[in-house]
Amino acid sequence: MPVMLWTDALIFLLLAVVIGYFYYVSRRAHMLATWMRVTESPSGMAALVVLGAFALVGLLDSLHYRPTLDQGDAQGRPVYSVEVLSVLDALAAPLRQRQERTYSAPFDTRAYARETVEVPGEQGAPGTQRREFPRLQYGGAHLGNEAGRERDIVVSGLQGFALAALLWWGLAGVLAAGMARGTSSGAGEVLQRIWRGETRTPWRAVLIALGVLCAIAGPVLAWCTKYHVLGTDKVGQDVLFLALKSVRTGLVIGTLTTLVLMPLAVVAGVTAGYFRGWVDDVVQYVYTTLNSIPGVLLIAASVLLMQVYIDTHPELFPTAVQRADLRLLFLCIILGLTSWTGLARLLRGEVLKLREFEYVQAAQAFGVGHSRILSRHILPNVMHVVLISLVLDFSGLVLAEAVLSYVGVGVDPSMTSFGTMINAARLEMGREPMVWWSLAAAFVFMFVLVLAANLFADAVRDAFDPRVRVAGK
Amino acid sequence: MTPVLEIENLHTEIDGNGPPTRAVDGISLDIRRGETFALVGESGCGKSMTALSIMRLLPEAGRIASGAVRVNGEDLLALPEAAMRDVRGRRIAMIFQEPATSLNAVMTVGRQIEEVLERHLNLSGGPARTRAISLLDAVGVPDAQRRIGEYPFQLSGGLKQRVMIAMALAAEPEILVADEPTTALDVTIQAQVLDLLKKLQVERGMAILLITHDLGIVAGMAQRVAVMYAGEIVEIASREAFFSRAQHPYSRKLFESLPGAARRGAELAVIPGQVPPLNSAFHGCRFADRCDFVHARCREESPGWTALGGEHKVRCHWVEDKLKGSRADSAPASEGAGAVKANPADALTAAPGGAAILLSVRDLKVHFPIRKGVFKSVVGHVKAVDGVSLEVAAGKTLALVGESGCGKTTVGKAILQLIRPTAGEVVFDRVDLTRLRGEALRKRRREFQIIFQDPYASLNPRMRVEEILSEGMSALGLYAGKASLQRRLNELLDQVGLPQAALARYPHEFSGGQRQRIAIARALAVEPRLIICDEPTSALDVSVQAQILNLLARLQRELGLAYLFITHNIAVVEYLAHEVAVMYLGRIVERGSAGEVLGSPRHPYTQALLSAVPSIEADSGRAVIKLEGELPSPVNPPAGCHFHPRCREARPECRATYPGVSQLSPTRQVACWLYSNKV
Repeated sequence: MPVMLWTDALIFLLLAVVIGYFYYVSRRAHMLATWMRVTESPSGMAALVVLGAFALVGLLDSLHYRPTLDQGDAQGRPVYSVEVLSVLDALAAPLRQRQERTYSAPFDTRAYARETVEVPGEQGAPGTQRREFPRLQYGGAHLGNEAGRERDIVVSGLQGFALAALLWWGLAGVLAAGMARGTSSGAGEVLQRIWRGETRTPWRAVLIALGVLCAIAGPVLAWCTKYHVLGTDKVGQDVLFLALKSVRTGLVIGTLTTLVLMPLAVVAGVTAGYFRGWVDDVVQYVYTTLNSIPGVLLIAASVLLMQVYIDTHPELFPTAVQRADLRLLFLCIILGLTSWTGLARLLRGEVLKLREFEYVQAAQAFGVGHSRILSRHILPNVMHVVLISLVLDFSGLVLAEAVLSYVGVGVDPSMTSFGTMINAARLEMGREPMVWWSLAAAFVFMFVLVLAANLFADAVRDAFDPRVRVAGK
Repeated sequence: MTPVLEIENLHTEIDGNGPPTRAVDGISLDIRRGETFALVGESGCGKSMTALSIMRLLPEAGRIASGAVRVNGEDLLALPEAAMRDVRGRRIAMIFQEPATSLNAVMTVGRQIEEVLERHLNLSGGPARTRAISLLDAVGVPDAQRRIGEYPFQLSGGLKQRVMIAMALAAEPEILVADEPTTALDVTIQAQVLDLLKKLQVERGMAILLITHDLGIVAGMAQRVAVMYAGEIVEIASREAFFSRAQHPYSRKLFESLPGAARRGAELAVIPGQVPPLNSAFHGCRFADRCDFVHARCREESPGWTALGGEHKVRCHWVEDKLKGSRADSAPASEGAGAVKANPADALTAAPGGAAILLSVRDLKVHFPIRKGVFKSVVGHVKAVDGVSLEVAAGKTLALVGESGCGKTTVGKAILQLIRPTAGEVVFDRVDLTRLRGEALRKRRREFQIIFQDPYASLNPRMRVEEILSEGMSALGLYAGKASLQRRLNELLDQVGLPQAALARYPHEFSGGQRQRIAIARALAVEPRLIICDEPTSALDVSVQAQILNLLARLQRELGLAYLFITHNIAVVEYLAHEVAVMYLGRIVERGSAGEVLGSPRHPYTQALLSAVPSIEADSGRAVIKLEGELPSPVNPPAGCHFHPRCREARPECRATYPGVSQLSPTRQVACWLYSNKV
């Protein structure tokens, strides 16, 4: 039975808006030209490839359903499990289900903690007890002899790498063939041009980014069914799987918050700048007040309020996932409500400048109404500011989520996120020998996501900011 | 005399998408000690790039491809960058166009001058300060002792430009490169600055390379003139030869497209087309596509220099052939094309006064409150417009003239009710607009429209031309229905001379002149009876200005439009105004028919303003009345007559009270104590 969580619905709404926007852009030459400049930035395109991979994981994790249980109820109707799964859960079933008892290091075949095991006595002698690192239930279980572990890792890694290389080469071939179509040159020639960096769109950077992604994903895919590539956490869950699940949380926070933030900021900023007078006074008063309340305090108070509501109305939430999801959505709304002020202030300044522009005055001289001036003259000319600031805000929000979850006022503890991963791993940093892989995995994933988002944001800003354009020419 | 500066076959290229732009393409010239050499041409011809190449201050994408720049025989292009720094400021100095952005806002002006002295003359501390003060004195900054410790924002535009000049002169350079040094200044201030440059040149024997688009300035300043077109010099001549017998068709067009009293009622000559893109390959003459005298050879062979005696040289096949006499009749049809044609049926020549009054402004005041403090209490008023009365007759043009900051634009906006006036009435066709509100005002809006100065800021970059033009019509509910709207749009484009294909395009695809045509079409769309033209040509080149002025004159003839023409350009006023009102600090000081006011100005300010306008008739014999100081602030205007601190004929009563209006003739009024007893 498909389950549509609130955040799922909003994510797909956002996706539809983005697709709609690009369709709109493709019909307008001047906007298309600006976006084409984004595609001409090598670092921006490489970042886009990485972001695309993250987005794919996030989207797969946003298609939820409840699996049917084997036996139906008395009337023969199917009964659904209380567990809500996503497509990613299903695809990564080997990762999800192979749960160990506790910590194990990456690629290890044995647990990270000694346990007392029964050693059966030889020839009927009574068994003895021994403290040792027990073999893992799944990690490296296919190995007869643990001595063959290194060799096995190398061999399957190479196999995965070879497959990935083949896939990459295929993708490059398809790209070159696609580009060669309709031109006189052959695919090989096009490939050479790409390699020398002579194409307008930096396909070389795209292919290199794809290649690096493949080179990492291939071996990891080959290993992950046999080993715990990034180890396991305290309750034995595969850390790689947790990291993948965290991607959606980060993306939801980073994107859905903007859905809340943007209308608020645009309405407040544009009206304040355009109408000035008392409207401006009110908006400025509100955002100055809001800005002077410590953000974390406000968020903590709101989230705790929400938690009380959730706890007192258990009947509203059939599953635990739905409960956690509502808290996530609420967190997005709260973050949005507290962080619209920066964009609103930017927009107010921009509109104050625009309203004195002569084309706005010409429209006023025609007696054009305020709503039409706002929608046709003001809004289209501040959209670049909105866009730049949204892309820049994304990474900040992903990081904010991690901090809030770490503090304990972020997402539901049952929901995996970078913040909860770090929170869970922090105590283990102090133990000897140290458990470092949870933290490292969260760090690497978040770092790559935020770095890619920032690089892409830079490319967008360079393309949209008129001042940068003048300086570059 | 040996030249101080020699430029030989200089090529400067700017890299971009596609082939490099050859901004300067083979320029050779030399400038002698104590001489002013003017480089003229329209924007985009490579004048500024030439200046920057000499200083080796090209933008990042630019590079000097070949050629030589020699100062006293030493090739600057061969110098390493470190040595070049000793040349800049010390041997060649430069003044830029915009004084506001050329000074560092966070350093005192004294410090900025001392920096130059430290770098080049090893002066510092006390001696440097003394020297800086004497420099400021030399460039005519009053009260230099005090000014030296001030920041640029405390100085007016004219003073900033003087400080720029002081900085440029600090190390006593041999050559001064002045890139449009007065374009950003008002005429009276421009006259002061040009005078100063002339005086300093005589004192110090500097050579000046003057870059400008204003032929009037050239006539007053230069000994020799070079005309630049599309990266090349097309004509070099002494001033006398240039102004009496310019030969190149382009130079001649520049002269013919100048508006002025002599061309009233006639079409101005225009140069069709635009400067070709400088990254294309040229075969033949670069001006061929826009030339009236073009023949087959012009398209095949790039013209070489033809000497015309003295220092007069020109690059033109037509002139060369004419000289040889072989093709004396080569351009029979086109000879008349550039000449001035009087139009007998011209409405402009009709005497004013007969037509009905369309717009009558009575005692209009626009005061902007100055608020201060927590409670924003009003502490004073900027009296931008302080009691202006004027009348515009149907189908006629009233020119509102004045320097920047005198409130003329505010008058325009207050008439349109874009800014609500503080007091006074604006009677348009017997209805007082200041009393109308909401829907009633909106209904009247179609009858009065506005055209703005900057064609780049007045069109929304995100709307197609079709949307821009139909906006006003749909707002006022005109031409509803697709077919009639489409017919109207086509008609509008015809009226302003744009192709039908323009409808689907965005403003950035058009040149400045074309954009101004779109703006005019937008105003025409709702069939107004009055158009307020707010400096509609001051952002345009001379030849494009001529096109727009022709268009405005034709539209007035055909549609019977009345114009309120707000401008500071006296030549434009002479060309098209029926009546003139001169504004000074929020008030009108003189009003009358164009002939009266421009021919025999009475108010001392009008006299000074008119005499400050540079004229291309070099020996017009007009004595320039120099105005001291600058426009006072409208926050607290001088007591009595606002003009008295700058007036040569100020009397005691001028300091006491503002003079009443004296009616000197049925059409002429002057507000000045000189005439108050002659009523």
